[in-house]
Amino acid sequence: MTTRKLAVISAGVRVPSSTRLLADRLTEATVAALRERGVDADVEVVELREHAHEVLDAVLTGFPAPGLRAAVEAVTGADGVIAVTPIFSGSYNGLFKTFFDGLDDGVLAGKPTLIGATGGTGRHSLALEHAVRPLFTYLRSIVVPTAVYAAPEDWAGGADGVAPLDQRIARAAGELAELVAARPAPEVVDPFADPVVSFAELLGGR
Amino acid sequence: MQIGVFTVGDVTPDPTDGRTPTEAERIQAMVAIALKAEEIGLDVFATGEHHNPPFVPSSPTTLLGYVAARTERLLLSTATTLITTNDPVKIAEDYAMLQHLSGGRVDLMLGRGNTGPVYPWFGQDIRDGLALAVENYALLRRLWREDVVDWEGRFRTPLQGFTATPRPLDGVPPFVWHASIRSPEIAEQAAYYGDGFFHNNIFWDAGHVRRMVQLYRRRFEHYGHGPADTAIVGLGGQFFMRRNSQDAVREFRPYFDNAPVYGHGPSLEDFSTLTALTVGSPQQVIDKTLSFREVAGDYQRQLFLVDHAGLPLKTVLEQLDLFGEEVLPELRREYAASKPAHVPDAPTHESLKAAAVAREEVPA
Repeated sequence: MTTRKLAVISAGVRVPSSTRLLADRLTEATVAALRERGVDADVEVVELREHAHEVLDAVLTGFPAPGLRAAVEAVTGADGVIAVTPIFSGSYNGLFKTFFDGLDDGVLAGKPTLIGATGGTGRHSLALEHAVRPLFTYLRSIVVPTAVYAAPEDWAGGADGVAPLDQRIARAAGELAELVAARPAPEVVDPFADPVVSFAELLGGR
Repeated sequence: MQIGVFTVGDVTPDPTDGRTPTEAERIQAMVAIALKAEEIGLDVFATGEHHNPPFVPSSPTTLLGYVAARTERLLLSTATTLITTNDPVKIAEDYAMLQHLSGGRVDLMLGRGNTGPVYPWFGQDIRDGLALAVENYALLRRLWREDVVDWEGRFRTPLQGFTATPRPLDGVPPFVWHASIRSPEIAEQAAYYGDGFFHNNIFWDAGHVRRMVQLYRRRFEHYGHGPADTAIVGLGGQFFMRRNSQDAVREFRPYFDNAPVYGHGPSLEDFSTLTALTVGSPQQVIDKTLSFREVAGDYQRQLFLVDHAGLPLKTVLEQLDLFGEEVLPELRREYAASKPAHVPDAPTHESLKAAAVAREEVPA
């Protein structure tokens, strides 16, 4: 079996968190879908609440504290990303956005990504399409077609009889697993390895 | 080892009494700090260059020329000179002039600047920052080394038969350091030319500083300038000290908490753990500073930021007196004892001239 790395980002602010619950469900389903495709998953969960101060400090000082750097490296080094946020005021919460604000340009480009969100009512479900998906479009991630929104009633199973939460999770996880399994392991470029860009190229105006 | 101070020239309110110095007071304070640096036996005074409030040093060679006239030993440098938005022709001329006036006591540290609008104010585009640094420096080197320059590039009008005057003192251009916090391309540039590389590590953690310096050292060797451990490295640093470390922490905390750059962010304690900042006793400053060798290897220049964040001049001068009495002699003794014989000192006008004479490039 080959192995692929999954990074899971959860921006829930309560403990326990329904956002984390959704993230875990999406992760389990993706791991299962990868296994069906002959791929083992190596999962790393980034609970943003644990890095909340570091995330804001990094914006202010310009560099990440070691704990946050490890979290960032888990995400940028992953073969696939599952990113889940609570919807606050019609959009991702500030913690979620600030984490992505701190990433270097291009580090998520081409990375298969599954987006999910939780909220206090099902009426916010399109925030995934209007706010979260455009963020990842800007980051040039490849976002799978199915984004998974969990409203309070979804956890009871009564809300949506046509497309209940577990089916949407399975569909999204299958889409992510398909992309991750088909993709060669990413080349991790170390900007401090030499020579990344030789000086001759720089002088040549590259 | 060259040990000195650098100022960014910020006009910042003192958070303990709300008083903001005037520009006149701040400029005179920078001069007083430079004179104090010479008095206590430091080697280097370097000034930043900025073109927007709340900073005053827009005209570094004016300040450094004045300091040159009032000092005898102090090496005058910059932190940093904007290689991106200054005309390289004007840099060549200004610093050659300063070299003559100071008797060769000048070198430069080149940087790209950190204020976005400076680029458009000077007719450039920040997205060209690296390309500007590369092209402008390549031209600057030629202007100092060739009497007549024909040149054409992307960013300034072409030159035909141009001679930058005055010619460098004794035919020897000032030594150049390249400063970058996080661009490996600049470490590569410094290595390519065999110039110095400076990492202002006061705002970054040691692991990152190590990677940048190691890249520069490897590439310095790759380009044939000598073994990696003979490359010319400088580091930043920042301290606030009192004889009793608790007094230092108590007195400095409001300045830290309200400082530009890191204020209102991480705690003083966390920031001190992560970065080169030391707030404590003279012995703590000695220990922390000496530990930088573990990050960068044996290096050649250590510059401290001492006048940041609204600290009053009186306090800064006290800091420097204490540094001169208790820290500087210990650092000098330890560096002298620990540096391997094959690791060179930072180049000076005298050493560069001697090397040029030996190569028969300039007359003795």
